[in-house]
Amino acid sequence: MVGLATVFGAGGGTSSYEEVEHTDLMLLWGSNARAAHPIFFHHILKGIHNGMKLIVVDPRRTESAEWGDLWLGIDVGTDIALSNSLAREIIVNDLHDTAFIAHATLGFEEYAASVMGWTLERGEEVTGVPAGVIREVAHAYAKADRAMICWTLGITEHHNAVDNVVSLINLSLLTGHVGTYGSGVNPLRGQNNVQGGGDMGAIPNKLAGFQDIEQDHEARARFEAAWDVPIIPAYGYTLTQMFEAMERGDLTAAYVIGENPASSEADKTHTVKLLEGLDCLIVQDIFMTRTAELADVVFPASNSAFETDGTVTNSERRVQRMRKALDPPGDAKDDIWIIAQLAKRLGRDWGDLTPHQAWEELRTLSPMHAGMSYERLDELGGIQWPCPDETHPGTKFLHARLWADEPAEQGPKAPFSVVVDDPPVDTLTEEFPLRLTTGRRLDSYNTGVQTGGYTSPLRRGETIDMSPEDVQRMGLAEGEVVAVSSRRGAVRAPVHVDRGLRPGLVFMTFHFPDQVDTNVLTIEATDPRSGTAEFKATAVRIDKLPVPAAEGIE
Amino acid sequence: MDLHLTPAVASVEERAAVDELLGAPDSGWHGAERDEQTHRVARGGRAARDERHLLLPALHALQAHTGWISEGGLNYVCERLTVPPAEAYGVATFYAMFSVEERPPNVVHVCDDLACELAGAQQLCDRLTAEIGPEGAPSPDGSSTWKTSPCLGMCEQAPVMFAQRAGRDEVALAGASVATFEALVAPASTVTCSGADTAPQTWDPEERTSLRLLKRVGVVDPGSFDDYHAHGGYTALRRAVELGAEDTIREVTDAKLMGRGGAAFPTGVKWKAVAEQPVHPHYFVCNADESEPGTFKDRVVMELDPFAVVEALTIAGFATGAEQGYLYIRGEYPLATRRLEHAIAEARHRGYLGDDVMGAGFGFDIELRRGAGAYICGEETALFNSLEGKRGEPRNKPPFPVQRGLFGKPTGINNVETLLNVLEILSVGGAAYAETGTEGSAGPRLFCLSGQVERPGVYEHEHGVTLRQVIEAAGGMREGKALKAVLLGGAAGGFVGPDRLDVRLTFEDARAGGYTLGSGVVMLFDEDADLTGACLRIARFFRDESCGQCVPCRVGTVRQEEALHRIAQGRPLGSHADELALLEDIAQVMRDASICGLGQTAANAVQSAIASLGVFGRDDTDTLAGDGLPTPTEEQE
Repeated sequence: MVGLATVFGAGGGTSSYEEVEHTDLMLLWGSNARAAHPIFFHHILKGIHNGMKLIVVDPRRTESAEWGDLWLGIDVGTDIALSNSLAREIIVNDLHDTAFIAHATLGFEEYAASVMGWTLERGEEVTGVPAGVIREVAHAYAKADRAMICWTLGITEHHNAVDNVVSLINLSLLTGHVGTYGSGVNPLRGQNNVQGGGDMGAIPNKLAGFQDIEQDHEARARFEAAWDVPIIPAYGYTLTQMFEAMERGDLTAAYVIGENPASSEADKTHTVKLLEGLDCLIVQDIFMTRTAELADVVFPASNSAFETDGTVTNSERRVQRMRKALDPPGDAKDDIWIIAQLAKRLGRDWGDLTPHQAWEELRTLSPMHAGMSYERLDELGGIQWPCPDETHPGTKFLHARLWADEPAEQGPKAPFSVVVDDPPVDTLTEEFPLRLTTGRRLDSYNTGVQTGGYTSPLRRGETIDMSPEDVQRMGLAEGEVVAVSSRRGAVRAPVHVDRGLRPGLVFMTFHFPDQVDTNVLTIEATDPRSGTAEFKATAVRIDKLPVPAAEGIE
Repeated sequence: MDLHLTPAVASVEERAAVDELLGAPDSGWHGAERDEQTHRVARGGRAARDERHLLLPALHALQAHTGWISEGGLNYVCERLTVPPAEAYGVATFYAMFSVEERPPNVVHVCDDLACELAGAQQLCDRLTAEIGPEGAPSPDGSSTWKTSPCLGMCEQAPVMFAQRAGRDEVALAGASVATFEALVAPASTVTCSGADTAPQTWDPEERTSLRLLKRVGVVDPGSFDDYHAHGGYTALRRAVELGAEDTIREVTDAKLMGRGGAAFPTGVKWKAVAEQPVHPHYFVCNADESEPGTFKDRVVMELDPFAVVEALTIAGFATGAEQGYLYIRGEYPLATRRLEHAIAEARHRGYLGDDVMGAGFGFDIELRRGAGAYICGEETALFNSLEGKRGEPRNKPPFPVQRGLFGKPTGINNVETLLNVLEILSVGGAAYAETGTEGSAGPRLFCLSGQVERPGVYEHEHGVTLRQVIEAAGGMREGKALKAVLLGGAAGGFVGPDRLDVRLTFEDARAGGYTLGSGVVMLFDEDADLTGACLRIARFFRDESCGQCVPCRVGTVRQEEALHRIAQGRPLGSHADELALLEDIAQVMRDASICGLGQTAANAVQSAIASLGVFGRDDTDTLAGDGLPTPTEEQE
C-alpha cells in the first residue's frame, strides 16, 4: 500500500474483479493466488475462460503458475532486475506509451536512463529467466490492449518491498496500463478486510480514508473537532518498529486485536521474548492464541464474520455490509463494545455505541466514504470507494483522472521511481546454500489459528518441500525428517518432493507453528517504509539426520 | 491446473505408446527429462488445456498396447495433456473398453444381447464357462478372459465376439464359438475381422438396380479411391460445389430429408442453422456411434462404401461452413474403423480433403475418433463431451448443438445414414428426392433385419413400405415358424405383435400409431422365443448404459430391472398389479424427467411388451415362476 500511495496518492488496488474477468493479459507476480487467494482466483479463472493470457512470475511453479500460459521461474528477490529488464526491452523497442508518459507522468527520462543497463542478457544473468522469455513477456505486456499486474507477498515480504511494488507500477506507467477499464495494478489481499483496516486508519501514518496524519492539516483538524481531542501530527510505529521499540524499552504496553505475532512474526523466539518483557499486554481475539497465552488481560471477542454488524472492504475497494447472524458464545463481546467499555474506564463515555453510529461518524470525516449510507450499501450490493456523495455510483477503477485533459481534473501526475536491484539480505553461502521461501497452502490460513480446528483432506502438515533433484542428490526420501537450519535457528521437518521447485530452492509454510516453527528460521530484515519482513528469502541448509526420527518432531 | 499426480511412473512401453500418438514431450513439464529450461520456464495454460480432446485417443493407445491403463500410464497421459488425474480416471472408468485394473492381455467380449441370444449366445457362454473358465476369470494359461457384452452391432451374423488384444489388432468375429475364441487369443493368431457381405438385396443383379443408398455396397472396392470414383464417387460433392453452400442446403431442405438417428429432425433446417451462426469455427460431426441393440446398417455401409461417408461428410462441412469434421465411430467396429481411416487418408492424399478440397477453394478435413464402449455417446451432446475428452455425459439443451456444440462452437451432427441420403439428393435433385417415399417421409430407409429371419441383413426400402413387406423381402420367418413379435426400432423402440404387420413404416404413421422406426431395427422373435428374457435383457442394457448423471434414469433403470425380475420370478412386492403400476410410474418419470433420450426411452420396449403382447401378464408369469430363471443376483454377476 505504501508503494501505491507514494505513486498515486491512494493505497488500493486499482481494478475491479469484473475487470479481472475482462482483461487481456495478466502478470501475476509473486502470488500463488490459487492457494492463497482462492476467491480472487475464481475471477482469474473467469478471465482465463474469457480468453485472458496469464503470465505468472514466481520462483516456484505453483498451482497458479500451472494455470498460466507462461511461467517465469525467477530467482528469489530478483523482481526488480526482471521489471527493469522488461522496462528496457519495452523502451528500446519503442513500445512504451509516449503520449501517456508525457501527459500523466513525471521523471521518465531519469527512469529510462536507470534501466538502460538492464539488457535482456543481464536480466537473464540475474533472474535466471532466459532472455528470450523476458523479451516475449515485455512485448506481450506492452502490446496488450488491456493488461493488469497483480501481486501478493512474493513482492512485499522482502526487505525492499516498496521498491518491488514501485518497480511494477513503473511498468504500468510506462505502457499506460493504468486508469482504464481492464488495466491496472493490484495487490491481492489475504483477508476480507485487509483493505478495510487501511481504510479505517489502522495504519501508522493515515487517518481514516487515507488522510495523512502529519501533512493533511485540514483533515486532522476535522478529526480533532469531531473527537474533541488533539491529535499528535506524527506517524506511529509500524509493526516491526513496535518490536524495535520494545527492544529499546520505549514501548512497554501493547493492545493486540486479532493478531498473533507470537506465531506469525519472523525470528519468533525473539518476538516471544519481547512480548514477555512488556509491562502490560492486552490481547483481544476469538481464539486463545499463543500471543494471548502471554497476555496479562485477554478480552474474548466476537467473530466479525457473523457475530457482529458492520462493514468490510475487499480487495476491489468495495465496502460491504456484514450482518450479525449469531450471538457470540459465553462472555465473548463485540469489539466495539469492548473498546467502548475501555474508553469508559479511561474517562470517555460513548454510551451504547453501535456499528452504524461509528459508520455514520466515519462518513462525516472521510470524504471517500461520504456517499456510502447503509441503505445505499444494501441497495447497490456494496460500493467501491471513492464515493464522495450520495449520488455517486462508486468508482470501478482508480486513477482515470490521470487521463483527464483538464489539469485540475487530472491532479498530480504519477512519478516514475528509479529502483535499484537489491538482492536478499540473507545471502547464500557454502554453509547455507539453499534458498528457503515461504508461503501458504489452500487448506490452511496463516498461523493456523483459524483453520487448525477444522480438518481438511488436503492438509498434510508442515513439510520442507524440495525439488526432486535435491532430494535425489542428498539421498533423501519423501517423508524423511531432516534438519533445516538458518543463521538464526533450526527446525526439523519431513521432506516433501515438489516438482514445482528447482534445485537450490526449498519451501515451507508457516501454518503449523506447533509442529514446525518455520519462523525460527526466517530473517527479520524489514523494509523501513512498509514494515514488512523478508519472509520470502532465507538462506538455509538441510542435513540428513543420522537415525530416521519416526515421531516427535520438535 | 491442479495436477495432483501420484508417484506412479509409466513404463517405457507405456510412454512409447502415448508418444507414438502425441509425439515426443516438449518439456520437463509435459513428460520429458527435467532440465535447466524446465526450472525456469513453463508453457502451459490454454495451449496445454486445448489438448484435452486427445485424452480418449491417448487412453486407447495405452489400452491397445498394454491391455489396460495403469496408474503410471494414466499419470503420464495427464502430464502430457494437462489433465488432472482424478478427471482422467473418471473418464477412463466411464468407458467399457478401458480397464484401470490389470487383466489378461486378450479380452473377448461375447455378445449376449437380443439377436445373439436368439442365435444361442447363452449356450455359447455356458460352453465358454465350461471350457475356458467363468466370465471374467483368466483362462488357465492366464493369457485371456471373456466377458458378456451388449450388442456388438453384427446382429446379421450372430452370435459374435469382439476381441481386445494387447499389442495386436482388435478383431470382431461372426459365428462365434469356443473354437473362434481360441483362434482369437492364440499367440500366432491370424484371425481377421469378419467383413460384412450381407446386404442381401445386392445379391440379385435385378433387385440391386433399385437401390439408392446401397447401390455401391458389394460392388465397389472399399479400399480403392479410384474404384469409388469410377462408381460415381465425388459427383455429389462436385454438384454441391457448383451449387454453392446456400443452394446445397436448399436442395437438402427441398428434399425434406429428415434425420435417421431417431429424432427425425429436418436436416436442411439443421444445416441452415449451423451455416448462419456468426460464431466461428463451425464443426460438423458424423455420428457413427451406432450402438442401438439390433442396429448394424451404418457399420455395413462404412465397411463396404467408406468413401461415400467421407464424401457426404465433406459436403455437410462445405454447406455449413465447417472446416473441421469429426467422424465418431463406435469402438467395437475395428474393420469399419480401418476402412474409414484408409478412406480419409486416401481422400486427403488425392486432394479431396485438406486446405483446398478438389481445388474448389474451400478447406475441410476429417478426424476419425473412436468411441470406447458407451451407448450413451450416440446421444449428440454426450458424443461432443466424449470428443472433448470428457465422460460421455449428455448436456442440457438448450443451448442446442447448432448454437453451442463441439468445443462450444456451432456444430452440425448427422448419423451415417442421414448423410448418405445427401449423396442421393444431390444426384437426383432435392425436389425429385422429395417425391419418393411418402408425403411426410421422403426417400429411402435402411432396415436392419435380424433375429429369427430367413435372410438377416441390411435392406433398403422406400418409406411407406409395410412391416410385412420388409419381413417378406428378407424371406420371412426362419424355418417357417410363426412370428411372436417384432422388436421395431431397437431397444429404445418397441415390440409389435403379429397383428400389426401391416403398419406402414413412415415417420407420420409411426407417430400416429405410437411406435417408432428408431434406428430401423426389425428383429423377429418366433413362437419359441423368450420375450420375458428379452425384456429383462433390455432392462439390463439400459441399467448398464445409463450414464448416471440424472436421477430419473440412474434410479429408474435400476428399479425397472428389479421390478421385472420380481415379476418374472413370481415374487412381486405387493400384488402383481402393484408392480405393473410401479413400472408405469417409473416409465413416466423417466420419460418426463430424464435429460436425454436414453432415459426417456428406457421403458419403451418393456412397456410395449406389457401393453401389446401381454408379457409379464398374470398368466405369463405363473408359468415363468418355476422356469429356472436366474435370480437377480446371479443375473448381475
